[in-house]
Amino acid sequence: MNILQWMIFCCLGILLPGCSKDDPVKDPPPPPFTGFEVPAGFPAAAYKLANNNVTAEGFELGRKLFYEPRLSRNNTISCGSCHLQSAAFTHHGHDVSHGIDDRLGSRNSPPIMNLAWNTTFMWDGGVFDLDLQPVVPITNFVEMDETMGNVLIKLRNTNPYPALFKKVFGSEEITTARMMKAMSQFMVMVVSDQSKYDSVMRKQGPTFTPEEQKGYALFQQKCNSCHTEPLFTDHSFRNNGLTPGPNNDEGRYPITLNPADRYKFKVPSLRNLAYTAPYMHDGRLYSLSGVLQHYAAEVTDMPTLDPLLKTNGKPGIALTAEEQQQLLAFLNTLNDRQFIRDKRFSEEAQ
Amino acid sequence: MYCTRMIYILLIVATFTACKKDGTAPAADSNVKATLSIQFDNIVGDKNLQLNTGVYKNAAGESFQVSRLKYFITNISVKTAAGKEYIVPKDSSYFLVSEEDAASQFVKVRVPEGEYTSLSFILGVDSLSSVMEVSKRTGVLDPSAGMDDGMYWGWNMGYIFFKMEGISDAAPVDPSGQHKFRYHIGGFGGYSAPTLNNNRTIRVDLTAAGVAKVRSGRETNIHLMVDVLKMFNGSTQVSIAANPTVMFGDFSAKIADNNAQLFRHDHTEN
Repeated sequence: MNILQWMIFCCLGILLPGCSKDDPVKDPPPPPFTGFEVPAGFPAAAYKLANNNVTAEGFELGRKLFYEPRLSRNNTISCGSCHLQSAAFTHHGHDVSHGIDDRLGSRNSPPIMNLAWNTTFMWDGGVFDLDLQPVVPITNFVEMDETMGNVLIKLRNTNPYPALFKKVFGSEEITTARMMKAMSQFMVMVVSDQSKYDSVMRKQGPTFTPEEQKGYALFQQKCNSCHTEPLFTDHSFRNNGLTPGPNNDEGRYPITLNPADRYKFKVPSLRNLAYTAPYMHDGRLYSLSGVLQHYAAEVTDMPTLDPLLKTNGKPGIALTAEEQQQLLAFLNTLNDRQFIRDKRFSEEAQ
Repeated sequence: MYCTRMIYILLIVATFTACKKDGTAPAADSNVKATLSIQFDNIVGDKNLQLNTGVYKNAAGESFQVSRLKYFITNISVKTAAGKEYIVPKDSSYFLVSEEDAASQFVKVRVPEGEYTSLSFILGVDSLSSVMEVSKRTGVLDPSAGMDDGMYWGWNMGYIFFKMEGISDAAPVDPSGQHKFRYHIGGFGGYSAPTLNNNRTIRVDLTAAGVAKVRSGRETNIHLMVDVLKMFNGSTQVSIAANPTVMFGDFSAKIADNNAQLFRHDHTEN
């Protein structure tokens, strides 16, 4: 094959998929499974991938388990019940979630997103290993109200699980560790890195509008110390000045018993905010303008209030109405439409 | 001639040794491992513990019944009079003692043959084991095995080291309509931020009540009495009325201190 032929061949390769657009039945073939990859510009993952190499089969088993209602006592609630892909894996529209028998929780469902970089899990950081995180909702009285032992029995007696576990782990044996590792393989793959912000940073073509650019400058000046790029969280626990709610949730304090941790919650990522309302650990704020209003004017001073939320002894972050608009414009560049539509992560993919 | 006499003497010594039944063991070979059993015999003061039926009284004068008693025994080691210590490998040293399960009250480990004058173990699950990778959490540490009564804390990751629950008129009525007390003592010191460590190392001297003479071909049993009344009547007097529920909070450290005093060596069966 000479060079010219080769070039024509390549061009055809590019053109041909374009032709198939006329055929509504045929989806483009899924990209080959590449395992877990750190996106350009992201730091190294915190999750110990060396202990759990992500394979196509493991990822698929993990996804199946993620959408498996048998994880709950009466086979009604799956992880996906309160972590909806269309809501960036949160429970859109619910301040707190309803689990089994419509029992209510006390905190807002956090997103399953970029978990490979998380050092702790839950709003209070009480879980420090992703491989043991699913035990909590499974055994929680208001979420799935099941025992781990029972879940394993159900999976062992349900086809095609034994065969799927054999494909991933070499034998049909279903253990806590195997189940958890498969779920982690799915969860670490759920990466959001295709927002406009990412394209701008990677210089892939799109640029910020002037308003977004001003918002970005404001963000770097006033928000970035806690919501640190590119994950938009520094994984720390902070009191952001929300008045304690009726249940007096003290956040991190019951985990560490350190009085300095009272009312501190994990700094959440700001990615995909458009899909994840309501906001805050108890979902008390229903809109982003409400969130900015909180930081601008409604921060409550408390002994454990984060020092960064105080200027000259005054609580809050000074933000004019115009600045709030600019910030909102920037925050909207963090939405990743591809992420919430990615078929690899969806229940229908099975 | 001298040699013959020596052989006679040796034979006589050997014969007498073999005949003796009062605990004199054959020579120990520290290169050979044998089973050592440690019995955890749960009692309440002067009475045997009887789940759900026995009625007991603590120093605060409160009557109570026990419906559940479980605790982790880990990190077992033994020491000879000469101070030579043998630490049972960590992964062979995780045990969950349960009053409901008689077999669980005999903790069995393999140690070199020898005469042991002291025993040590942790009441709890040490910090390193508490943060282990999930695939190493097998047996009693598997969150799916024996945990249905909840000896694993998911929300604040770690194990419940000691759990005692029961009924007492001194306890206020709970949402389920029962007068129940619940003591769930755990806390390994924290993963990313330091917090309570309620692991307690227990050292038991065996010299007074019977040195453990471990040999292959038989099973030495160190019989420990575990007096749960001391959970109430320890250096801190615990009242059910004042503290009907103790889980992960500052007061749990006081109970952990009391619990370090539960164990008394009664005798050894060699």
